[in-house]
Amino acid sequence: MFLIRELISGAYVAAPPVVMVEGARPTITPVTVEGEGLSPERLLEAYRLMVLARATDERCLSLQRQGRIGFYAPLMGQEAAQVGASWALRPEDWVFPAYRELAVALARGVSLRAIFDQLIGNAEDRIKGRQMPNHFGFRDVNFVVASSPIGTQITQAVGAAMAAQRRKHEIVTISFFGDGATSSNDFHAGLNLAGVYQCPTIFFCQNNQWAISLPRERQTRSATLAEKANAYGIPGIRIDGNDLRRVHAAVQEARARAVSGGGPTMIEAEVYRFGPHSTSDDPKRYRSDAELSAAKQRDPIDRLKMELRAAGRWTEDEDRALWEEVRAVVARTFEAAEKAPPLDPRSVFDDVFARLTPRLEEERAEYDALVRDGVLKS
Amino acid sequence: MNLVQAINRTLHEAMRADADVLVLGEDVGVNGGVFRATDGLYKEFGAERVIDTPLSETGIIGAAIGMSLYGLKPIAEIQFLDFIYPAFDQIVSELAKFRYRSGGQYPAHVVIRSPYGGGIKGGLYHSQSTEAYFCHTPGIKVVVPSTPADARGLLFSSIDDEDPVLFLEPKRIYRSITGEVPDAPERVPFGRARVVREGSDVSLFAYGAMVPPTADAAERLAGDGISAEVIDLRSLVPLDEPAVLASVEKTGRAVVVHEAPRFCGFGAELAAILAEKAFYSLKSPIARVTGFDTPFPYALENVYLPSVERILHAAKGAVRGS
Repeated sequence: MFLIRELISGAYVAAPPVVMVEGARPTITPVTVEGEGLSPERLLEAYRLMVLARATDERCLSLQRQGRIGFYAPLMGQEAAQVGASWALRPEDWVFPAYRELAVALARGVSLRAIFDQLIGNAEDRIKGRQMPNHFGFRDVNFVVASSPIGTQITQAVGAAMAAQRRKHEIVTISFFGDGATSSNDFHAGLNLAGVYQCPTIFFCQNNQWAISLPRERQTRSATLAEKANAYGIPGIRIDGNDLRRVHAAVQEARARAVSGGGPTMIEAEVYRFGPHSTSDDPKRYRSDAELSAAKQRDPIDRLKMELRAAGRWTEDEDRALWEEVRAVVARTFEAAEKAPPLDPRSVFDDVFARLTPRLEEERAEYDALVRDGVLKS
Repeated sequence: MNLVQAINRTLHEAMRADADVLVLGEDVGVNGGVFRATDGLYKEFGAERVIDTPLSETGIIGAAIGMSLYGLKPIAEIQFLDFIYPAFDQIVSELAKFRYRSGGQYPAHVVIRSPYGGGIKGGLYHSQSTEAYFCHTPGIKVVVPSTPADARGLLFSSIDDEDPVLFLEPKRIYRSITGEVPDAPERVPFGRARVVREGSDVSLFAYGAMVPPTADAAERLAGDGISAEVIDLRSLVPLDEPAVLASVEKTGRAVVVHEAPRFCGFGAELAAILAEKAFYSLKSPIARVTGFDTPFPYALENVYLPSVERILHAAKGAVRGS
């Protein structure tokens, strides 16, 4: 039996005092969660996955500099939050990601090769090269395709949860978003709808402290992000997102509450974005090295490694070997993906609608003629 | 049966035929919609399928997208087209792009019903015709009925369709236009214009609430010895280009009528298509009879809106000018 009462809204992290109207907070029914978290074997597996995500991140930043991929948005610093949350879900649950959810995709079982195919935009890319790197989607693992506008997936996740509720499916939907998204229209619309309809959804906010250049304290006057949920009659909890097990337990409990008819939960997982917002960003313009160094003291990967070592389940030698192996796999997998054939240029006209409209047929014929006449290269 | 009754009846039938069809929006349930388009649905299908939503258009469309991804067939009502902008991001960035951006993995099929247009003393925010914004966005279909039978047939087709559809309802003629409606659930296919009246001297193109005054103008032109053809486009995206071109190839003259402002309005696209593909058939310049390039005025809406007189003037100008 596992109760996480201490995680309930604001009680966990010592935050500046918040003035709340007495009785304004929703009552939270603690839910018993079976399974009691992650086994030692599972923790080790999580560690390996987090290392894979980190190594992929490092490799992709370098590949972007070499011009081998066009763009990249690293997740480094958010590995525990993403893996912990993902592993508390079931395969039939639906994930509505933002564009920084590499480790969620990997934890859902997406292959690294499929990720790289998307980063390159080759003929194997599941989304057919339609979007920038990181905006992937994988229907086979209920990982809905991401977009760039901030927060739009939040109301969509609520709608899908309403549909699941209507179909009496015992599943949850979960939206992943950042601290910046809590200022978006869809965040407020989504929490409000979910509160009204009590649908089975989880709002998973990775508060990585920076929305590109805007620090968390300039994003909102609220002392915490989680407390915003209270205004919508939804439990909001704030947890240490660098703690894999805590994240896992929080999402597990939120999931159990949702599928038992207890309604939605918002979770604010406090993390830190170690990298730039994307490869187009230079964080030195707005934050200090000292702040970054301090945040790195709480690196979720180091933290789990220390825990595993302290438990006698992991050694430095094993760690070195793991990193070496993972880096080699990442490099090899990317090189293989680079060899995949390019997209068929004519596919640009597909999937606008279920079928080509006469107008799109005409435009495709126009393109064909330009190629045929040598105006364009195919 | 009038136009809003035809919509109401069709919603009832579509919901009876398919348990996955549901309706959501502001005041659509207990109240039956501010124009009564959803009247009676709540009583028959209950709160689970006729969902009164909080006042958030982005919430309505975002949730409808999620429902659709999950396999339901949501029909979202935006109370007035003028209020659709909070949902604009969900419509143009999300709904219209889901199929494309997922490489076909996640098609989103949401029908958005929305009353549009002026002539009801609705002022700036209950009168606009902003179809062009949506026609400009790849990935969403836009249809506008002008008769009860077409409202029924196009609404059935919208619900059947696999793509997102914006179904615009000409609220000015919700009750003033009546007509026969087939009992059978007959579909009106997308991309097919309707020839309202055949003619040989000039082609008048209109849709929605502009069809009745355009037909009236044609009737009066006949009295002046001018044979005008009236085409109700019905479906703006996809557009029935063959019908448009065939008409102008026959008449050699074109007048486009719509309520929306002229600059970058739908008429501009129609004029461009005619200039590109029917240039040598044209005997006179293409004329546009549209709302002026002003915000929609309240007290002076009759100054703004295309009238029979303005349509007549433009049509005569096209014929005499050549």
